[in-house]
Amino acid sequence: MTTSLIRRLIQAGFVIFAMTLIVFLGVNVIGNPVDILINPDLNQAERLKVIESLGLDRPIWQQYLSFLHGLTQGDFGDSFVYSRPALDVILERLPATLELALCAMLIAIVIGLPLGLYAGLHPNRLSSRVIMTGSILGFSLPTFWVGLMFILLFAVQLGWLPSNGRGETAELFGARWSFLTTDGLLHLFLPALNLALFKTSLILRLTRAGVQEVVSQEYVKFARAKGLRENRIILVHILKNLMIPVVTIIGLEFGSLIAFSVVTESIFGWPGMGKLIIDSINLLDRPVIVAYLMMMVVLFVSLNFIIDLCYTLLDPRVRLDGKG
Amino acid sequence: MTALLEVRDLITEFPGENNAGLRAVDEVSFQLARGEVLGLVGESGSGKSVTGFSIMGLVDWPGRIAGGQILFDGKDLAGADEETRRSLRGRRIAMVFQDPMMTLNPVLRIGTQITEALHAHTHISGTEARARARDALGLVGIPSPEERLDAYPHEFSGGMRQRVAIAIALLHQPDLIIADEPTTALDVTIQAQIISEFQKLTEQQGTAVIWITHDLAIVSGLADRIAVMYGGRIVESGGIQEVLEAPRHPYTRGLIRSVPSENSRGSRLAQIPGVTPSLARMPSGCAFRTRCNRSTEACATRPGQFGDALAYHRCFHPYEEALA
Ligand SMILES: Nc1ncnc2c1ncn2[C@@H]1O[C@H](COP(=O)(O)OP(=O)(O)O)[C@@H](O)[C@H]1O
Ligand code: SF4
Ligand SMILES: [Mg+2]
Repeated sequence: MTTSLIRRLIQAGFVIFAMTLIVFLGVNVIGNPVDILINPDLNQAERLKVIESLGLDRPIWQQYLSFLHGLTQGDFGDSFVYSRPALDVILERLPATLELALCAMLIAIVIGLPLGLYAGLHPNRLSSRVIMTGSILGFSLPTFWVGLMFILLFAVQLGWLPSNGRGETAELFGARWSFLTTDGLLHLFLPALNLALFKTSLILRLTRAGVQEVVSQEYVKFARAKGLRENRIILVHILKNLMIPVVTIIGLEFGSLIAFSVVTESIFGWPGMGKLIIDSINLLDRPVIVAYLMMMVVLFVSLNFIIDLCYTLLDPRVRLDGKG
Repeated sequence: MTALLEVRDLITEFPGENNAGLRAVDEVSFQLARGEVLGLVGESGSGKSVTGFSIMGLVDWPGRIAGGQILFDGKDLAGADEETRRSLRGRRIAMVFQDPMMTLNPVLRIGTQITEALHAHTHISGTEARARARDALGLVGIPSPEERLDAYPHEFSGGMRQRVAIAIALLHQPDLIIADEPTTALDVTIQAQIISEFQKLTEQQGTAVIWITHDLAIVSGLADRIAVMYGGRIVESGGIQEVLEAPRHPYTRGLIRSVPSENSRGSRLAQIPGVTPSLARMPSGCAFRTRCNRSTEACATRPGQFGDALAYHRCFHPYEEALA
């Protein structure tokens, strides 16, 4: 167990290192920030001074090394645009994205899991077919389009819910959160629902497929042969086996919720990291882009790690033997 | 005295093409007195397991009991509601399955899987349930039962898992245990051990047993009576000695001849020619007639039961003489 843990940590280290290289080089390919940032009215001498101050005059490998050096101190350099540490700029936006993603995941689980369970247990009921058809819609309708429809319907037509910004926020753990106030919650609802749509369908279909596989297992039949009540069979025998794939997918998809909340954040004017990164790419604010991408790498690596740990908790067969 | 179990003209169907019901169990009748052991014998696919599951009320969807009666203690189970069925399962009628590697839930502790079977039918405290679970494991010869309660199935060998399943089946001292080829998946040495222990325990508790197997040798040492199945029908049934010494039905005869024994040593084993047709291709009339060397035109109609409920055969041209 500990050896496999250490092995995984080392692997994670390698992945992160490789990604620093790819991210750094990749960002250098997508255009020269000088063209965008520097006032075209400046003369050549002034231009060079700015380039020098941004560190862009040095050879690229030197830039990379100083970038790596900065990384070890948690320093991604200053944002070209905000003239503040890039990491700070991002972390400021993190709570907004985090609560949006968490809320969306919660919605996806609360809706997807029970519906998937139901559709899996009663595959031939009409209601199950309706659910499955609905989930295909959730898969295939583009998120931005659904988001716009939500705004049109709930905000414009019916006027029930706000559709722009975070609303009122309150402070917790030194960050500001919308979910702590009623107004904030109202603002959170539509974008979270929009972001949740795809994941709901995913969890629903995965759960259904899992249920159908598990119910046909001999051990479920044996549980029935023992005279167990249906509730116990579903909630213990079936659900516990189902949690293994479902937790994996929830973990992996949580990362992608954060990484790809860009669309939803743009549509609903949600001031999170997704919106920030879009702005930063437009302005070629390299330090922010790099810091963001590295954060995503670390996020995905950590999520994978946590999922592995969950495995050992959920599945006794991978516990202790170190091979798992 | 009424029989403990009386199965009358039981029909269990699975839907085939064009909604034609495929009869996995076709007008099966037999009865069982308290404490009696019936060997249910036949090739793979002859309908033995489906017969057992029909009695348990565990026929896999979309299969269903399409006709007949299952009188248990005088009450018909074929038409009983699910709660009646459930309350009998595991308490008065228990079942042991064929493959011990598949019958225990991989993510639940052995102790949990035993105590839940207790809680399903009795109101006892957790501590009491645990104590009874421990005793049950001890009874079937599992060493250090107290510690083993906390183990998971994958920490047990196949033989040990089958002992656990037997312990679970015996928990409520049922009137009837259906043992569906419980040793087929095990090593020969372990097979013999488990059979003799199972026999000892059920004898002590006065449990009636339906021992399902394709192995005549096992049944001959174990059963009081025998029922031979072919193509979903019982083709011959009677006292174990009578049937083995003087089988009336050509199929029974072929089956016995194909078993290696002391006096057949050195000579070639007589195999029944041909293979069992699939359910959809079962011939009309006598199901065995495509493979039978005694068949005549008469066999194109379906043979009825010749004899009484306790000893009968379904053949127009039965053998009269004993086996050489
Ligand atoms: N779940 C099922 N769906 C469709 N057909 C089935 C199912 N279970 C059993 N059968 C059919 O019923 C017949 C009898 O099967 P079974 O009782 O398992 O045979 P045995 O136990 O004697 O080997 C077989 O032809 C099999 O294909
Ligand atoms: S009824 Fe006819 S075909 Fe069937 S077993 Fe008897 S002799 Fe053979
Ligand atoms: Mg079988």
